[in-house]
Amino acid sequence: MFKSVDVFATLRPVLSPLPSRERARVRGGVRNGIGRVSSSISPLTPTLPCRPRSRLHALAAPAAARMRAETPPTPRKGRGGSWLVASALFLIAGIGFAEPNIKNLGRPATPAEIKAWDIDVRPDFAGLPKGSGTVARGQEVWESKCENCHGAFGESNEVFTPVIGHTTKDDIRTGHVAALRSDTVPQRTTLMKLSELSVLWDYINRAMPWNAPKSLSTDDVYAVVAYVLNLGGVVPNDYVLSDKNMQATQNQLPNRNGKTREHGLWELGGKPDVQGSTCMTNCAPKVTISSRLPDFARNAHGDISAQNRLLGGLRGVDTLRPAPTEFVPLAARVSKGATGSTSTATTAVDPAKLAAQHACLTCHGIANKIVGPALIDVHKKYAAQKSDAAKLLVVRIKSGGSGAWGSIPMPAQDHVPDADIRAIAEWIAAGKFQ
Amino acid sequence: MSTEFTFARDMSRLGRLQRAPEFFLTRDALTLPRDDRRSFLRKAFLAASAATIAGTSARAFAANETANETAGDPAILNLLAHSKGLGQPVAARPYGLPSKYEENLQRRESPGLTRVGAASVSFAPLQGFFGIITPSGLHFERHHQGWWDIDPSQHRFMINGLVANPKVYTMDDLLRMPSVSRMHFLECGANTGMEWGNVAVPTVQYTHGMLSCCEFTGVPLKWLLDDCGIDMKKAKFILAEGADGSSMTRTINLANALDDVVVAYGMNGEMLRPENGYPLRLVVPGVQGVSWVKYLRRIEVGDMPYATKDETLHYVDLMPDGQHRQYSSIQEVKSVITSPSGGQVLLDKGFFNVTGIAWSGRGKIRKVDVSVDGGKSWKVARLETPILDKCLTRFNIDWTWDGGDAILMSRATDSTGQVQATITEMRKVRGSKSIYHNNAIQSWLVSANGEVSNVQVG
Repeated sequence: MFKSVDVFATLRPVLSPLPSRERARVRGGVRNGIGRVSSSISPLTPTLPCRPRSRLHALAAPAAARMRAETPPTPRKGRGGSWLVASALFLIAGIGFAEPNIKNLGRPATPAEIKAWDIDVRPDFAGLPKGSGTVARGQEVWESKCENCHGAFGESNEVFTPVIGHTTKDDIRTGHVAALRSDTVPQRTTLMKLSELSVLWDYINRAMPWNAPKSLSTDDVYAVVAYVLNLGGVVPNDYVLSDKNMQATQNQLPNRNGKTREHGLWELGGKPDVQGSTCMTNCAPKVTISSRLPDFARNAHGDISAQNRLLGGLRGVDTLRPAPTEFVPLAARVSKGATGSTSTATTAVDPAKLAAQHACLTCHGIANKIVGPALIDVHKKYAAQKSDAAKLLVVRIKSGGSGAWGSIPMPAQDHVPDADIRAIAEWIAAGKFQ
Repeated sequence: MSTEFTFARDMSRLGRLQRAPEFFLTRDALTLPRDDRRSFLRKAFLAASAATIAGTSARAFAANETANETAGDPAILNLLAHSKGLGQPVAARPYGLPSKYEENLQRRESPGLTRVGAASVSFAPLQGFFGIITPSGLHFERHHQGWWDIDPSQHRFMINGLVANPKVYTMDDLLRMPSVSRMHFLECGANTGMEWGNVAVPTVQYTHGMLSCCEFTGVPLKWLLDDCGIDMKKAKFILAEGADGSSMTRTINLANALDDVVVAYGMNGEMLRPENGYPLRLVVPGVQGVSWVKYLRRIEVGDMPYATKDETLHYVDLMPDGQHRQYSSIQEVKSVITSPSGGQVLLDKGFFNVTGIAWSGRGKIRKVDVSVDGGKSWKVARLETPILDKCLTRFNIDWTWDGGDAILMSRATDSTGQVQATITEMRKVRGSKSIYHNNAIQSWLVSANGEVSNVQVG
C-alpha cells in the first residue's frame, strides 16, 4: 500500500536553522517543490533536468531526498557540499520528459487488478480469453438478452441500427461489402462495417447487454458472436467459435478489407485532403441555393422562438406559424417577445414536456414501443381496466418494475418530483396525447 | 437575388436600438400599478402596456415622442419593484443559476436523430453564446450508455501495458500532482454530420452544437507515462478506456499522447460535470470528442492500434469507393456564424454585428472571411483575443441589412494554411455518406421577410 509522507514535517528540521530571510525563500521553493522537485523546473516547459542555479535549490534538495527515503542520494565527486546533494536530487527526480517528482504518488498495480480491468482484445487477438460457444447457445442468449433491442434476427431498426443485413457470399470472398458503394442501402449494418472480429467480441464483452454490460460469461460472449455471424451467413448453424478459430473466422468477414488509414486525419501533421479557396472578390458568378428545409419541416425542431434569447436585434422564428410573406417590423413582434419570458411557466405544466424532461420518452414512445411500451398502450391497459389508473401509474412510475410488459425492467423514478409524476400519470391515464 | 450589401461601421445607428419592451410585462412590473397610489402614473403605465399589446413599442415611443418633455419610457418613469424593494440575500441560491429570462437557452436533442436518450446527444445553444467559453451547464452531451455521477473516492486510474511499473492512482493522487490548465474546443466527430447530403436541421444549435470550449485542468499524460516508465522503444499507441457501462475505448498515437494530452479533472474552474465525465476524463486537444474518454479508468500502452468498437463500427468515415476511413481523429479548420443564424428573425433593418466562432484541430485560427452574398465576395472579420491553439476563436464583422436577401457565410484559415472548404468541394473528395468530419462552410439565408434559414449553395 502507498504510504503518504508529511512533506512539511520532513522539511521542518531543514528549514528551522535558517535565518528568516533564507527561510522565506526556501518556503517558496518548497511550496513549489511539492510534487515536483525544484522551483527552477517549470511543469509547463518540458526540459531535461536543469542544473541547480542557486543556494535555494541546494537547500531544498535534502528535503526532497528525505521524501524518498527508500532511494538514498548518490553523491557525485568533484562538486562542493551543497552542490553535491543538489545533483543527487536530480537522480531522484528521474530523467526523461517528466520533471515533476510524482513518483511518491500512486502505487504499483497488482496483477489481479490489471487482470480485472485489462479486458481489451486487440485485432491480433491479444487479450482474448480462452473459451468457446456454439451458435445454438448464442441463439438462447440472444433471445433472452439481445432480441428486445436488436430483433430476433438482428435486423431490428427500432432501438438501434440493424446488426445484420446487406452482406453477400461474394462479399465474404472479396472482403469488401459491395453495398457500401451503392445508394440502395438506407443505413449501414454492423456486419457491413465489421472489419476486425476482435471488436465484435470486445464490444459484446464490454458493453452488452446495453442495460447490463459486462454481465455475460466468456463462453456466452463467444456464443453470441457465433450467433451474430451465423445470422449474417458467415458461419454455419453447427459452428463452434473459440479462441482457436478466431483468426480463421476473421478471414471470412465480409468487410475485412474495408478499412483504410490512408487519410490525413490521424497522424499529427497529416496532410488535409480538401483545401478551400482563398478568393476574396468575384469568386462565384452565380449563387444557387441547392438545399433548404422543406416548409413542412418548419416545426420539426419545435418552436424555435422558445430556443433563442429574448434580447438583442434578433429573436427566434415562431415556427408554430407559417413564415410571413413579407418583413414584419419590430413593433408587430414585440407582444410575442413580451410574453416570451413567461412562456416557461406554461411549459412547466405541460405533461408532454415533463415526460420529455424526465426522459420518459426516451424509453416510451407515445404511439410506439421503444425499450418500454408505447404510452398509448399503457393508457389502454390501465385506463380501460382501472378507475384509479392515475394513482396506480404514480406507483408504477415511482417504484419501477418489470413483468407487466416484458423482461426489461423499468428503473424506479423516485428522483422525479411527486407533482411531476402525478401530472405525467394523469396525462397517461387521460390518454389525450395531442 | 439582391446582393447589394454593404459592410459598414455604422455605429451611429446603434443609438436607435432600445431595450425591447418585454420589460413592460414582467410579473414584477405588472404588480407595480396595484402598489402605486399615484393614479396618474398608474394611468401612464397602463397606457404604455396597452400600447405595447397593441403593437406600439417603446422604441417607437422613444423615436417619435422625445420632443414631448413630459413623456417618457415607463421603464424609466415608473420605478420597478427591484428599485424600490429589498432583494434576495446572499447564498439564497448556494450554487448560482442563470436568470429565469435565459431559460430558452438549453441543451436540446434533435428529434428523430436517435431513439434512446441514453445513447444520444444534446446540442449546445451556440446561437446564444458570447466569446469562446461554454458555460459548464450548457456543454453538449454525448453518451453511449448513459451518464453517471461517480463517487470520486471510489474512482481509480490505472496505467498498464508497455510500462516498467504499472500503477494505480486515486483521485487524491492526481489532485496532489502539479497541474496545467488549458483552453480547448471539444467537438464531436459527427458535428454537422447530418448536413453531408442536404440541409437537415434548422438552427446552429443542431448544425454545430456538438461543440464546446472550456478551460480544462489536470495532469499532462506524459508525466504519468514517464512515472510508470513507458517503454519508449516499443510503445507506439495508447488505449484510453472509460469506467462506465460502455467502457469507451479509443486508440491515440503516442506522438499525440506525448504532445498535449491531459488527464483532466477540472473544467471551467470547478470539477468536471457528471455529464462530462466526472471525476476524470481525457483531454485530447484538436481530436474529436469520442477520444476524450469520460470516466477515464485506464491507459494501456501498446504497439498497435486497437480497432475498438468506436473506431471500427462507429466513428468510421465512409468514402465514395466503399472504404471506411479508420482512426479519423483530427477536427479540421471550421467556422460558423452564430448570429444571425438559422431559425432567427431580424427585428429591423440596419446595423447588425455578424458574430461567430472559428477553430482548428491543427493549430490556431489565422483568419476568418465573411461573405454576405453567398460567396461572391468576402471581407476579413475581426478576430477577438485570445487566439489559442486548438481553441475556439470569436470573430465579429459589421453588417447593415438593407431588407433584401442575403446569404451569410464564414470561412476560416488556420495556422497550417488550411482553408475551410465549401460543402461542394468536400463532397467531391469525400462523397456525402461520411457522417463524420464535415467542416464545410455554413450558409445562412436572410430572406426579405427577416427570417434566417439554413441553406446550402452550390
